[in-house]
Amino acid sequence: MKSAVLVFPGSNREGDVARALHMVSGVKPAMVWHADTALPQGTDLVVLPGGFSYGDYLRCGAIAARAPIMEAVRAHAARGGLVLGICNGFQILCESGLLPGVLVRNARLRFICREALLKVERNDTPFTRRYARGAIVRYPVAHGEGNYTADAATLKRLEEDGRVLFRYVMPDGHRDDAQVLNGAANSIAGIVSEKLNVLGLMPHPENHVDPLVGPTDGRALFESIVGALEKA
Amino acid sequence: MKARVLVTLKSAVLDPQGKAIEGALRSLGVPGVSSVRQGKVFDIELDTSDPAKAEATLKDACEKLLANTVIETYRIELVD
Repeated sequence: MKSAVLVFPGSNREGDVARALHMVSGVKPAMVWHADTALPQGTDLVVLPGGFSYGDYLRCGAIAARAPIMEAVRAHAARGGLVLGICNGFQILCESGLLPGVLVRNARLRFICREALLKVERNDTPFTRRYARGAIVRYPVAHGEGNYTADAATLKRLEEDGRVLFRYVMPDGHRDDAQVLNGAANSIAGIVSEKLNVLGLMPHPENHVDPLVGPTDGRALFESIVGALEKA
Repeated sequence: MKARVLVTLKSAVLDPQGKAIEGALRSLGVPGVSSVRQGKVFDIELDTSDPAKAEATLKDACEKLLANTVIETYRIELVD
């Protein structure tokens, strides 16, 4: 598997996700600078890591979404290539139009840094095939602008097409939109593109891959990607 | 020519920052404030002196970068 991790000025989670990918796939990802205009030949997976690209100036992810490398990412996605955007990466994907909607300031204005419970809504995607359908997993969250919102028609379409892949849930496993940690519409934590090849999510699966530091619920996401690419 | 672009949240979009500012004004005892919504102001200098051209450039800038039209609207004011 050939993966490329994009690095923008202000990215700070590229090391964590590169480590997770290396651990799970056995191959070190290429680190690709935002000002580059091409991805390495044969790239299977592009990862947009978390952080504060361009200092969150203007809007989170707004300037990174217009960086030179994003044209290549757009072409890669259009070819059906896999793209994973985590946290700030999700914000960048929304700003670039690769995913619909937008992430706005958390409803209670607090930066939230803790573990979140998530439901894996489906397991027939390249990102979740190693999870059980409806599995409840723990990933950490660390964001100030993770409140997913979109117009009513977009939300309806996402729900009808089953494009909500991860949802925040309460300890009993049910969603509660009134109590969701950041105010996200329909308790949305992560969505996929129409062709299921682009995933954006706010929580950090790359934090939970090593038993040395705690739970390993995030590992299956990277294993899913490796498996999907082997099959392809 | 100089221009000012105002970017604000659409009225249907919740504005938690505006709400917090509104609460702060209330706690300061500033009277008569019924609601606050916040936004951004961009003061832009343009090479052209043609208002139509300026308007077109700024509209392009808003659509491409300055506003996220999923949640925001923009207003262009040509200053001189």
